[in-house]
Amino acid sequence: MARVTLGSECWPFTNGQSDFDIEAATVRDVIAALDARFPGLGAFADKRMAFAIDGVIHQDAWFSAVGPDSEVYLIPKIGGG
Amino acid sequence: MSETLDKPALNIVGTRPIRPDGADKVTGRAAYGADHSMPGQLVGKILRSPHAHARIVSIDTSKARAVPGVKAIITASDFPDLASEVLEGGEQASNLRDLSLNVMARDKALYHGHAVAAVAAASSEAADEALARIKVTYEVLPHVLDVEPAMAADAPLLHAHLFTEGLEAKATAPSNIAKRHRNVRGDPEGAFAAAEVTVEGRYTTQAVHQGYIEPHATVAAWAEDGRCEVWSSSQGQFMVRTYCARILGIEISDIRVTPAEIGGGFGGKTTVYLEPVALALSRASGHPVKIVMSREDVFRATGPTSGSVMHVKLGASADGTITSAHVDLKFQAGAFPGSPVGAACMTALACYDIANFSIVGWDVVTNTPKVAAYRAPGAPIAAFAVESAMDELARKLGMDPIALREKNAVRNGTKAAYGPTFQNIGYLETLAAIRDSEHYKSPLGPNQGRGVAVGFWFNVGGESTAAVNIGEDGSAVVVTGNPDIGGSRASMAMMAAETLGVPVDRVRPIIGDTASIGYSMLTGGSRTTFATGMAVVQAAEKVILDLRQRTAKLWDVSLDHVVWRMGQAECTDPAKPDKKPMTLAALAAQSARTGGPISAQVSLNAQGAGPGFGVHLCDLEVDPETGHVTVVRYTAAQDVGKAIHPAYVEGQIQGGVAQGVGWALNEAYIFDRQGLMENPGFLDYRMPVASDLPMLDTIMVEVPNPAHPFGAKGVGEVPIVPPLAAVANALRGAIGVRIPHLPLSPPVVLEALDSKAE
Repeated sequence: MARVTLGSECWPFTNGQSDFDIEAATVRDVIAALDARFPGLGAFADKRMAFAIDGVIHQDAWFSAVGPDSEVYLIPKIGGG
Repeated sequence: MSETLDKPALNIVGTRPIRPDGADKVTGRAAYGADHSMPGQLVGKILRSPHAHARIVSIDTSKARAVPGVKAIITASDFPDLASEVLEGGEQASNLRDLSLNVMARDKALYHGHAVAAVAAASSEAADEALARIKVTYEVLPHVLDVEPAMAADAPLLHAHLFTEGLEAKATAPSNIAKRHRNVRGDPEGAFAAAEVTVEGRYTTQAVHQGYIEPHATVAAWAEDGRCEVWSSSQGQFMVRTYCARILGIEISDIRVTPAEIGGGFGGKTTVYLEPVALALSRASGHPVKIVMSREDVFRATGPTSGSVMHVKLGASADGTITSAHVDLKFQAGAFPGSPVGAACMTALACYDIANFSIVGWDVVTNTPKVAAYRAPGAPIAAFAVESAMDELARKLGMDPIALREKNAVRNGTKAAYGPTFQNIGYLETLAAIRDSEHYKSPLGPNQGRGVAVGFWFNVGGESTAAVNIGEDGSAVVVTGNPDIGGSRASMAMMAAETLGVPVDRVRPIIGDTASIGYSMLTGGSRTTFATGMAVVQAAEKVILDLRQRTAKLWDVSLDHVVWRMGQAECTDPAKPDKKPMTLAALAAQSARTGGPISAQVSLNAQGAGPGFGVHLCDLEVDPETGHVTVVRYTAAQDVGKAIHPAYVEGQIQGGVAQGVGWALNEAYIFDRQGLMENPGFLDYRMPVASDLPMLDTIMVEVPNPAHPFGAKGVGEVPIVPPLAAVANALRGAIGVRIPHLPLSPPVVLEALDSKAE
């Protein structure tokens, strides 16, 4: 199971809960699992958050692979100048 | 280990060929936004609010329309009244309604310079006369410019619908505070209570402009069949297309945007100001319309970055281990929500491994121009506060400032303060590069001080498209969708040439318009060499595969027996020893007979951009009689992954330092009591020029990024993060007093010297 940690932007959906173990093979699976537990969080995370999988940031990448022991950290999407 | 890093010795990547855009730029041939013209073109001009905050009661254009030569006048009523909606299409999501209202004010003018109407006329004089005859009736409202007064409960409200996001309890009353960001780890209060040493400070910075040399400019033409053409100077032609379509309520397929040469962006050209206005004027007049901003317009109406008020507290044990941190960041957003305080919160402690911390950020609207991205948005501001506090902590502990940073440095495997676990970072190596430099060991002269500061930026990837087209002579054209703001044409050509095995002068890099190349995110976030470069390399590899397949057929051997080496196909089939290598030129010459033109395009969404770290060392000298500060020596070290074109990388580092030094020493928006900007020009808004600075020395630390074919990391943003604090820390060393407020201008320094004397 991947260990998923939500940044504080997601907490309004989870009542402050931030850490979950989720069965997921891809980012899309993580989004779906989050939405199943907390309706609306999936769409929010998809639009507003990036997924750092084992330290590597993935943005707008549904098919990026998530390993069984992966650390997945949701952080706000990053722009720049 | 990636395949990338197993590649044989490089021939072109890492060298310093002449830049492909150099001749055009030094001869004046390069066509910038204002250089394009069309037959029948009108002059567009914009009427701007003379008030910092005012209700627009009415706009009477009747007298202006009577001016000879005036062909169209538009106001917000000529644009759709859009609902609030998150819009993707730029680098980050924006609010469509806010974007539209920033282009043209509807009910309220929210800052001095906010556009309220626009004119298209046959001449500049007619347009000016028409602007003078537009009668706008305003109800002037109280205004608020600074972040803390804007947060007060009794502050003038900019938006009646704005409720603070991110609070524990849902906000019930409107506020100028758009959002609170928060990140907590461990038990910061408990750790502070146990800390052996603490430092604490309040720091402020002023809004500063990106200061690009080229003002915004555009030409737009709306044809009778509804098809639109836009030429403009921006950091992303696809961004311009999306934003114009959504603001005007038309189809993306009806707009073609051609990117002009760009005279600097630094993040400030990642949004639209003029393009939708020029299109609306063209629709109304039936003529192409050109609008060029004056320098005053640029200062008054385009995004600076935020001014800020920050509070930092650090706690440590006597050996220098930082045990707790608290960072509070209040950022001006300007007229609409969206300051870079979120990124500032994420970067503030990114260089440090701290077990307990709390970081709080506040996004606050003010009656000032809506902020726009500026290199590593938010990070330099937060770093000014945190790195100043780190300097104070080193002094209090009696520790060398680099040793303190090394002791608390993040490394591979450290969980970053913003969440993920770091991999393939070169921070320790970058600290060591400065520690071991001759500069760090050199003595200081009288009235001189030395400052150290560090900085971090994520760097990003994202969507990019690249095409590689082989000419019949074996030359190559590389087409990408990214405006070149920092040398990307050179690096694209070099990566293509390295992959194809041809000389770099056989590759011509060009930037396609939105109808000529697939979608690409804008140039920003230090992403282009990484992400678009990846697309270029993959497109070149597809070309090579095609060439090998054709050669295999010509030689009647299997594909496995054709290798591509140094720009030619070689046969490795022992049964065919007579097959002589075939060069790219030879294969290109017979392409018609072997399958047609040789070309490949790759579109991708690049992931795995490697984060960057910088360590800066600044020596400065203070004139005790005038308070004038001169930077006398500066060295910047940075983990760059792999420098594709080292001279450009050095230039990026030097440019970031120069901008950061200006931010530290001189730059600030000055407003009068009515909230009107008083220094909208380069004479009064003092940016550094070459004679203000010494040669800026650079040290490139190369810790490769395995996600990139050649190991590249973004390099354009990291170098502006440390300089504010590096300068401030050096000044602290020189005068013995901490000045926690930017800019460190001569009167401020003199005052500090005087107060010290007392």
